[in-house]
Amino acid sequence: MLSIGTLAPDFSLYATPDQEIRLKEFRGKKIILAFYPADWSPVCGDQMALYNEMLKYFHKHNAELIGISVDGKWCHLSFSSDRKLHFPLLADFEPKGAVAKTYEVYNEATGESKRALYVIDEDGIIRWNYLSPVGINPGADGILDALEEMDRTKEII
Amino acid sequence: MSLRPPISDKDHIEGNVNAFIELVEYGDYQCPYCGRAYPIVKGIQEILGNKLKFVFRNFPLTSIHPHAMSAAIATEAAALQDKYWPMHDIIFEHQNQLNRNSLLKYAKDQELDINQFSIDIERPELHKKVEADFESGIRSGVNGTPTFFINGEKYNNSWEEEDMLDFIMTNYSPSL
Repeated sequence: MLSIGTLAPDFSLYATPDQEIRLKEFRGKKIILAFYPADWSPVCGDQMALYNEMLKYFHKHNAELIGISVDGKWCHLSFSSDRKLHFPLLADFEPKGAVAKTYEVYNEATGESKRALYVIDEDGIIRWNYLSPVGINPGADGILDALEEMDRTKEII
Repeated sequence: MSLRPPISDKDHIEGNVNAFIELVEYGDYQCPYCGRAYPIVKGIQEILGNKLKFVFRNFPLTSIHPHAMSAAIATEAAALQDKYWPMHDIIFEHQNQLNRNSLLKYAKDQELDINQFSIDIERPELHKKVEADFESGIRSGVNGTPTFFINGEKYNNSWEEEDMLDFIMTNYSPSL
């Protein structure tokens, strides 16, 4: 994975069929990048639906959540609508997995992103990362701990 | 991955409060997987008897399960009249009929003071209690429903069929 302390590589991906989102637009906010393999896994508490329930806890720390998978923008549109998601899903579709590869979380064997998390600070620096073991949903405790640590450190400085 | 906070007297505990083996479930009353886990947990409780204490904590996925929060609050309101577990059970046993009216019906069936129940389900404290459960779930690493913790550690293997019982029997045999 990309190391803590490095600048998070900028990218621009479709969030909806006619809107692209650029990472740099989010400077001034913390960003949680959640890479995941695919939409539509057959579990009601899948990772994205779970994070959707936790948004207010992220927002308390001035953090925005962005989901990224290799699914296309129309798939994301459908999935997002079905799960009533309130955060953007980005389509790392063309070139396939290019952003996942930049962030060193692409699974060549399956052609999907691995389940990985990056927390980026208001200046675009990676401050926490986590690669989940295959088949395991990482939950959000690591994210919240990282966000709290970042806010705590800011107070000290 | 540790349970945060650990079991306390603020929790709803079924079984022997002094039992060595502790099973905690974070669940959503409208989640079909939790519905499937319900009889499995009952089975484990039956087999382990007073060797087990079981705790249920709320983890409603409110965006996709619109009745999950009111169900959770209904059980907390029933708890105020000492009928937590009957309410918990009846909701899971009739998952496909879950709505506001059925919750009221269950309260009547349990012979709860309906006036008190109706007041209690609107109290912000109960809503906060359910949210506190949810937040404790996040902090404990809950990553889906149901999520189980055995003696404070997150159980990541299959809970289906006999799998969780087998795990307990294998890993906690001295205390059985």
